Amino acid sequence: MANRMGLTLLSRSDNVGVARVALAAFAAQLSFTLSDLEEIKVAVSEAVTNAVSHAYPGAEGEVAVSATADGDLLTVEVRDAGVGIPDVAAARAPSFTTVPDRMGLGFVFMESFMDELEVSSAPGQGTTVTMRKRCRPQAG
Amino acid sequence: MPVHLTHQLMTNYLIIRVSGELDLHAALEFRHKVEDELARTSSKHLLLDFTALTFIDSSGLGAILGRYRTIRQLPGKMSIFGAGGTVRRILELAGISKLIPLCETERQAASC
Repeated sequence: MANRMGLTLLSRSDNVGVARVALAAFAAQLSFTLSDLEEIKVAVSEAVTNAVSHAYPGAEGEVAVSATADGDLLTVEVRDAGVGIPDVAAARAPSFTTVPDRMGLGFVFMESFMDELEVSSAPGQGTTVTMRKRCRPQAG
Repeated sequence: MPVHLTHQLMTNYLIIRVSGELDLHAALEFRHKVEDELARTSSKHLLLDFTALTFIDSSGLGAILGRYRTIRQLPGKMSIFGAGGTVRRILELAGISKLIPLCETERQAASC
């Protein structure tokens, strides 16, 4: 039977670590390797960082992080009710960034470290990032 | 685990030792610490000790790249040592290792 978790955080930078640690602890109930769990932490960190950095310019808002563990599948959702992304395809391109000192690698890492990535967003409608990752059968 | 930053001034270079997690929250502190110590010590060469760094994401990489630009303008040299596991894999995946030498030890990093 599927297990679920959810937490709602204010869009503050010190909550990025809270989100990734909580998600990694939840994901650990599946048969992920330590390396998989590290990758999940990076992907969650990137999704929550995007919400914290961009969803509520000059203000604080809520970022909802939830996850489902079902069989060998982990599904993670990071949702905000912020300004949205005008052009999702452009934002997902490598090196896209609106902030100096950033590399535009957030979506690249989410895509690299998870099996599937969906980004649903529109101006003024908030953004929802959904990521899925399956445990792989382990040798031995 | 919050980031913890210490520095050590050697004859020819400055070492910043980074332990904990280098993410969005820590990136600002990292930037200020490195920029302040470079200015205060008039150092041109920077070594980053990542032996005790347990996590890095694109915000942390951006903070490193920003300091690399600072060092290049001095002009000076920058290298990283001690990065292991996922941290090293992410540095390589992001192409940081093409710009900044990734060394095993402080001695190697100092001679890069």
